[in-house]
Order: sequence, then structure tokens, then C-alpha cells
Amino acid sequence: MSPVAWALALPVVPAIAALAGFLVPSAARRTAAGVGIAGAAAAGVVLFLQLGQEIPELPDTASSTLDGPVLVRFGDVAVTLSAGVSQLTWWVAAIVVLVALLVQVYSVGYLLKGDERYAPYAAQISLFTSAMLLVVVADDLILLLIGWEVMGACSYLLIGHDRKLPEAPGAAVKAFLVTRVGDVGFLLGILVLGFHAGGFRYGDIAAFMSESTGTTIFTVTALLIMLGAIGKSAQFPLQTWLPDAMAGPTPISALIHAATMVAAGAYVLVRLSDLLVKGDVRIVLGVIAMISMVLSALAALASDDLKRVLAWSTVSQVAYMMAAVSVGATATAIFHLVSHGLFKALLFLGAGAVIHMAKTNSMERMGGLRKGAPVTFWSMTIGFAALVGLPPLSGFFSKEHVLSGIYDTRGQTVLFVVGLVTALLTAAYATRAWLRTFFGETRTEGLSAHDPGAWMLWPLVVLAVPTVGFGLFAGLTPLLHGKTHPTAMGLTMTAVAAGIGLSFGIWRGDKAADPARALGPLQRVFARGFYLDEVQNALVVRPVYFLSRLARRIDVSVVDGAAEGTGRGIGGLGRLVAIGHRAGIPRQVVSVLAGALLIGAAAVVMGVWG
Amino acid sequence: MKYLSLMVVIPLLGALVTAFVPKHKPKTAKIVALVVSVIVLGFTIAAAFAFEAGGDRLQLSESYPWIPQWGLRFSFAVDGIALVLIGLSAVLVPLVILASWKDADDDGTGGRRNVPTFFALILALEATMIGVFAASDVLLFYIFFEVMLVPMYFLIGSYGGPRRQYAAVKFFLYSLVGGMLMLAAVIGLWVTAKDGLGHATFDWNEIVALAQGGGIPGDLQKWLFLGFFAAFAIKAPFFPFHTWLPDAGGAAPAGAAALLVGVLDKVGTFGILRYCLPMFPEASKYFAPLAIALSLIGVLYGALLAVGQTDLKRLVAYTSISHFGFIGIGIFAFSSQAATGSVLYMVNHGLATGLLFIVVGFLVQRRGSQSIADFGGAGKALPLLSGVFFIAGMASLALPGTSPFVSEFLVLIGTFSVNKTVAILAALGMVLAAAYILWMYQRTMQGRLNPKLAELAPMKKDLSLREKVVVAPLVVLIIALGVYPKPLLDVIEPAVSSTMTDIGVSDPAPTAATGAEK
Repeated sequence: MSPVAWALALPVVPAIAALAGFLVPSAARRTAAGVGIAGAAAAGVVLFLQLGQEIPELPDTASSTLDGPVLVRFGDVAVTLSAGVSQLTWWVAAIVVLVALLVQVYSVGYLLKGDERYAPYAAQISLFTSAMLLVVVADDLILLLIGWEVMGACSYLLIGHDRKLPEAPGAAVKAFLVTRVGDVGFLLGILVLGFHAGGFRYGDIAAFMSESTGTTIFTVTALLIMLGAIGKSAQFPLQTWLPDAMAGPTPISALIHAATMVAAGAYVLVRLSDLLVKGDVRIVLGVIAMISMVLSALAALASDDLKRVLAWSTVSQVAYMMAAVSVGATATAIFHLVSHGLFKALLFLGAGAVIHMAKTNSMERMGGLRKGAPVTFWSMTIGFAALVGLPPLSGFFSKEHVLSGIYDTRGQTVLFVVGLVTALLTAAYATRAWLRTFFGETRTEGLSAHDPGAWMLWPLVVLAVPTVGFGLFAGLTPLLHGKTHPTAMGLTMTAVAAGIGLSFGIWRGDKAADPARALGPLQRVFARGFYLDEVQNALVVRPVYFLSRLARRIDVSVVDGAAEGTGRGIGGLGRLVAIGHRAGIPRQVVSVLAGALLIGAAAVVMGVWG
Repeated sequence: MKYLSLMVVIPLLGALVTAFVPKHKPKTAKIVALVVSVIVLGFTIAAAFAFEAGGDRLQLSESYPWIPQWGLRFSFAVDGIALVLIGLSAVLVPLVILASWKDADDDGTGGRRNVPTFFALILALEATMIGVFAASDVLLFYIFFEVMLVPMYFLIGSYGGPRRQYAAVKFFLYSLVGGMLMLAAVIGLWVTAKDGLGHATFDWNEIVALAQGGGIPGDLQKWLFLGFFAAFAIKAPFFPFHTWLPDAGGAAPAGAAALLVGVLDKVGTFGILRYCLPMFPEASKYFAPLAIALSLIGVLYGALLAVGQTDLKRLVAYTSISHFGFIGIGIFAFSSQAATGSVLYMVNHGLATGLLFIVVGFLVQRRGSQSIADFGGAGKALPLLSGVFFIAGMASLALPGTSPFVSEFLVLIGTFSVNKTVAILAALGMVLAAAYILWMYQRTMQGRLNPKLAELAPMKKDLSLREKVVVAPLVVLIIALGVYPKPLLDVIEPAVSSTMTDIGVSDPAPTAATGAEK
């Protein structure tokens, strides 16, 4: 098989599983679950077989081995079925496949029994996986765009899956719409870039950048593409959809947050990082990353909903990836993407187990769940520790590398300080969530802690292993670039210790109360995500509704009114003519005759004139 | 083989036969209609194989004398554009017949609906639709253009919803006004051609040759252009001539609405490409900014109106106004890519909106209401139907991977090379498209179950075998053409580039062509 076929096998295999899954009758839930698991597992087999191939270390876009057949030719510009895998992208694909597989397995325990729509659910996960893998392997940006948007449609379906939640459909619409705003920018950016470059392959764009001397086009397209990435990755100001998307089933949250959709934005910017340099817009990305990481960390600190804490933490951690891209540390960004994928999947699946036993998302009604649920407790502890960045867990290495990368870059003091502050806040909110969930006394009567069944338990164990060990072995992969800086590491560890200490200290004062109470009235502001939802409503949603109502009024009274008025006028004329003839000729016939007269006159005029 | 005339005559004869089936044997009428439409589809496929992509501009030509004194002939011939639109009609009609299988049946309220006539009207409509695309004589085109109104008028007026009379008359009058202006222009054209060529003719080839030789003076071009354009802009419809469409689309039976929006309206945009541009190149350029402005308003205005709709069928009709705006922009951007995109858009929009109307029809028939508020949570009991509805919606908002994306993308890329502002503003329509589709889906299929739905037995019946047979080909086409549009583009592109040559457009070359080939 050619390298292109090898690469395309990755998205094709789960796509076949999706198609098969959609054809499975909805009563055969177990079959559907089996098809979904088999699809993800088969993608994993493809990944391992690829190790037998020669894979370049970094994406080799200049190589013609990536070129696939032409799908469609738009004049001078062609869309090709080009795809390829490098070691860097292999790791992203690996985390996607691993998380997808575990989510399929986990869902069997989480949903299968009580959900009559399990069959399409499993198939949608397969399609989602396929779409993300297409984004990862695509070498042609139009192919990437197909994966990008199909993922959006799947996320819509999956977030809105739970029919019992009244807010689920609205959250699904919001997720699709907010990301769509970014996507239109993304589409325009790709379109303009590809049109000027004469092709949509990364290689075409690289060649175009090396030839062209202008910068405006690159600035514009880089900003447009960044808009798309910001939407998908839920960065400021398009982060509003992500917390609401928690209405989706918890395994879906794991899928969306850890490995797929949210990671896609950061991934694309890594692949197009040269464009950001050429367009000179990295500073914009840096600023967005700074705002996103602090804002969402504060929101995570104040939120009472366990899943929302994790959702906000995703925004904050993806912002670290964006920050790494903004200083050119692209391999490090992917490193953090992979390690974040591991521990965030672990945390979400663990949170699913917690919610399963507590029957609520609210941490106010949890507490003391440590006893009786050792696997859940320990796996989430590992996840939280990795999120905080405690050595020697994977999150420690990747976060250190991000911050060291920023530290080593000239003139990025502000970004580094903000990164440190975020590390402190991360430690604080993770500690708070950990303590509130597992320690103290249980705050709900009759709540007995217990570990979930095997389907849900084993994915936790499987994820816990690499969450601990991946960082130690990252030196064997191309992900570990650069070196950790002692000063940066010392400062980071101090910030982390301070964050943990703060949360722990306040919590010890009153083990039943929320440590976030120390924020005072700000807690409410933070928990509501700084009221940016309200801002978005006031600035975008309501004006659109208003315009829609206005357009409707205009259409009825002005546009149609004018036409009907004319119609009545003509009708009146017709009646006049009819009266003149004193015969009951139907109105239409009258107008036809009148029209014929008019036309005859016109023809005469034209004849004379011509 | 005389494909084109057969493809007009067969459905016409079929319509006659169907109409004379006794009223108490509705099933016979349905089967006859279905068989005839499938035969026409077979002929269309054969014709498509006989058509040589990249060959002569007009192919499969036939010509028979009619009124020699006027130079009027029964002339048929197709270019790539006409061919794909005929293909669209031939694909949609059998599906619509099957989808409307029970629409004309006595529902206990109408009582006097004649089933054979309904299906005869659909076949008659097919004959005129194929005729209007296949005509290569200007007066013949005009005649089909006008006759086409009649079956549609009766389909709406006799078989439509509560406001059918109003909607049918409105549809008829609007079209008639446009048609008269066109007739005036046709006569003017004939006079001009007679002067210029020395003999009377309505032949499209001769008139275009005359026009291309500069035989139609500039001022006259403008008047004639306006005559044709007014008819086409009403038919398409472009803002501000669109207000008949929501009424007609809302009142027409779903199958007829699918044909109305899916095919009939394309005659407007087809006419602009086939008649306005080659015959009046100067005037086309002169009025292009106006046409683009109207189209752009249509994109945004139609989408905004769709967002606020409370009636399912009207909503779909308004989305079409937005989509027709895209088509208009693509035509008047005067670049091969954009125009190719527009033609492809016509086909894809026919498939996507056709499917959307058909699925909406299934829903309305089950619920007995087309008000969105009467649904809510309907997807729970109808997983397949809601799945197809979702796919149709995604196609309508041009999700990459579905066929409308390719056309929307082509229009945008072609327009961008000419006018960046227009392309960017039009792209806003894509966000609004997501809004109206998702809100529609949310309000009908998701959320709390409307308590009334639980009492209605039909709302618990998912797609029947007949309905599956109707939607499956459309779903397959939408996805297949979304990934591999090449077969259509191969046919469309030569025709479009001839049209572009007619108006003297040579495409702006991409700035870095050297980077393309590695």
C-alpha cells in the first residue's frame, strides 16, 4: 500500500464501522456496540501496522508521496485525496484511537442498558472518530475541512443525545452555531489561501509562502483560520459553547475534550504554524491564549458542577497548547495535546463513574466518595495530579515543556507570568474538586460510594497507566523537543505548591464548605464564566432575532405589500375593463388580454425603434 | 435516437393516459404515472450517455418546422447545463410521484380530489420542465415557460393546503407578469433578428451568433435584457420578487413543492445563463452589479426570514430564497468557477431541498399540521425519519461532505477572485443557514415531546418501505456527489466556459500557478 492509502485507512476503517452501525437495527444494541468497538480497535491495528512503515519524524509536506488522486478540479485549483502520517501526527492519531476505543467500551457500561437509541449513538461515535482522524491525516485542507465539519455535525448529535435533559438540544445547537461562526472564517481562510497558492495541500501553501513577498494575504488568512481554530478549541471569545456541551453524556465529553474536536483547533494551528509566522499574527494567538487560560481557570475554580470544572479546565489547558504554538514550540504543543488527552479522558471517564454513583453533577452533594470506590478515587487522583502537573506524571513533563518553551523565548515575560498564574489556579481548582468530591463527609444522605462495573472500570485503569508513564518515555518520541529550564521549572513548582496549599488550607478550615467561598461575591461571576454568555446573547443572538423579526415585518408589509398593492391596482383596472365590457369575464383573462395589448404596443414600439 | 422530443412526448402522453383513468381506480393511475416517469428516467440516462462531454456546445439536436412564416421551429438541443437540469427533473419526478402516493387520496376533508388528475398533472409538469430546458428556439422556450405554469397552478390550487387558492393565484399572476415582459422581449428580439439576419427566426444559435457579432445595439440590449431578466428573477425568485414563493411553497402539496423549488425555479437561473448572458452580453455586464446586489440581499434576507419562520414548509421555501441568492451571485460574478458552482448549485439544491420538502411532507402528512409548534420531540418515535431529516438539513446548510458544499464553495471561490466583499458577506449566510436548520430540527425533532403527538398513531410510524425507497436515492446522491462531483462538473464546465466566452470573460489567472505543480 502507498503511504497515502496507509494514512487514509485510518479514517476509512471507523467510517466503515459507522456505516455498518447506522444499518444495525436499533433493537440490536449489543451488535451496535460491538461494531463500534471493533471499528476503533481496527483503527488501532492500522496504527500499529503503520509502525512497520517508514514514517518521517515531522510532517513532510514537500514530499510527493503524500499526493493522492485528484478528487475535483476547480479551474486551476484541484482538490486531491492527499494524506500522510508523520511521527508527530501518529501520536495524535494514537490518542484519538485510544480514547475513542475506551469511550466505546465505557459507553457499554454507562448507557447501553437504558438507552433505546444506543445503536445510532455508537455509530455516531465511530463517525466522529473517523472525522477527527481525517483531520489528522489529511494533507489537503479541503479534506481536512470535511472532517472538521462532519465532526461538528456529530458533536451536535451527540451533545443532544440525552432526551431526558431539557437543556441538551439547546446546548447542541449552541455548540454547532458558535463553532460554525469560526468555521466560516476557517473556510474563507482556506479558500483564499488555496486559491492564491494554486492548491490546498500544505505543500502548496508552503511553496506559496516561500515565493510570495507580500504579507497582507497571510495576515488575513492566518487570522481567518485562527478564528476557526478558536471556535473548535473553545478559546476566548468563542468558548461559550463548551461548558453547555456538558449536557452530552459523559463519555462524549471525554471524547470531545480529550482527543477530538477541541484538540483539532490546536492541531491545525500546529500544522499551519509557519503561516502564523509569515502572517505575523502569533501575538494575537498569544493574547487569546492568555485570556482563555486565566478566564477559564477562574471559572473552573468557582464552578460547583464537576463536569463544568473539567470543561473549563479543558479551555485552560488547550490555551497552553495555543501559547506553545504562539512561541513556535509546535512539537511541545502536540506533546501537551497528547498528555492532556490522556489525563482529561481519564478525568472525564472517572467523573462519569462519580456521577453514576452520586446521581448528580453537583459537588455540593458529593464528598467522602473515597471510601468504597478505590479504583475511581485513585484513577481520578492520578488524573488530577497530572492536570496539576505533579512529577513524574505525564502532565508534569508536558506543562514544564510548554512553560520552559515560553520562558526561553525572548520578550514573552507576560505570557510566562500568565502561564505561571494559570498553573497556580489549576493546582487550586484541581485540589478543590478532588477534596470536594472524595474527602470530608458525604453531603447526601444514603449515598454509598462504589466502583462501577467492569465496562466502565477497565478504561479507567487502562488510561491511568500512560497518564503516569507517558511523560517518562516521551523522550523516545519526537514530541519531547527542547529542554526544561531549571528556573522555569522551579517557578512552576512553586506556583503549583502555592495553589495546592491555598485550596487545602481553606478547605481544612471547614471541610463541609466550598473553598471557593473565599472568592466572595466574585465566585458567582467566575462560575457564570464572567457573564460572557449574556454578552454573547446581547451582542449576537438577540440582534439576529431582532433582524429576523424585522425582516419578517418588512417582507409582509413592504415587499409583499407593494406587490399586492400593485396587484389590487391591476385588479381594479381589470374590474373597470370588465365593467366596460359589461360581461363576467374572469379577472385573469382580463389581465391576459390587457397584457397582450401592452405587449403588442411594446412590439410596435420596438419594431419602429429597432 | 430522438431523445429530447421523446422525453417531452412520453410524459405528455403518459399524462393523457393517466388523466383518463377512471376516478375510482386511483391505484392504476399511480402505477401508470410511476412507470411513465421511470421510462423517462431511462431515456434521460441514455441521453446522458449519448451526450459527449467536451463535444459540441449544443448536442442531441432535433428540429422540425412549425410556423415557417415566423421562422418558428420545434427545435430541441441541450448543452451541459440543460442536460444536468433535465437529469435532475427526471430523477425527482418518479421520487415525487412515489412520495405523493397518498397525498391526493381522500383525507376525509377535501372529498372531491381527483387522484388520476393529480398524477397526470405531475407528468404534464415533467413534460414542460424537460421541454423548457431542451428548447433551442426562443419562442418555443417561452411557450414551455408559460405552459409550465398551468399544471403547477392546478397542483397548488386544487391539491394544496388551506390557503391554496390565494397561493395559486398569486403564483400565477406573478409568473404571468414576468412572462408577459419576456414575451415583449421575445418579440423585440425577433424583430431585431429579422432586421439583422434578413430572415425571420427564433433560433437560439442564429440569434446568439448575431448578438456575438454585435448585431444587437447596446440600448436595445438593455431593454431586452430587462424583459427576460424580470421573468427569470420572478421565477427564480430573486429579492424583491420572492414573496409568491413562501405562499406557493407553503400551500402546495409537498411533492409539488419539491418540484416547484427543486426544478421549476431553476428555469429562472437557467434562463439567465442560457438566454440573458449570451444574447445580451453588454447589458448583462451593465446590470451585473444590480443583480449581484439583489442576490446578496436575497442570501441574507431569505436566511433571516427563515430563522424566524413558524411554518415548516414556508421555512424551507425561505431557505431557497437564500440559496437562490448564492446561485445569482455565482452567475453574475462572471467567473467560470463561480458560474460552474452556480449550475452545480442548481442541481444540488434540487436534490437537497427536494429531499427536505419530501421529508417535511412525510412529517406534515403524519401530523396533519405544518406548524413547527405542533411538533417537538417527534424524533423519539421516528428515528429513521429524523435521521434523514437531519441529513437533508445538513445538506441544506452545505456541510462539507454533502454535495451542496461543493457548489457553495465553488461559488465563493469564484466570487472571491472577483469581489471579496460580496464573497465575505455571502459567507455570513452560511452561519445563518446553520441557525435556521438547527433551530428547525431542534423545535421539531428534539426536546420535550409534544403531548398531542403521543395520541397520533401516524406519528409513531417510522419510514415505510415506500418512503425509504423515496429518500434512499437522494441521500446516496447527496453524499456521493459531495465526495465525487467530477461526473457532473465534466458536463457542466464546457457549457459554462462557452457562456463565459460569450460575455467576453477570461478568467483571472491564479497568482502563483507555478506553486500548483510539484
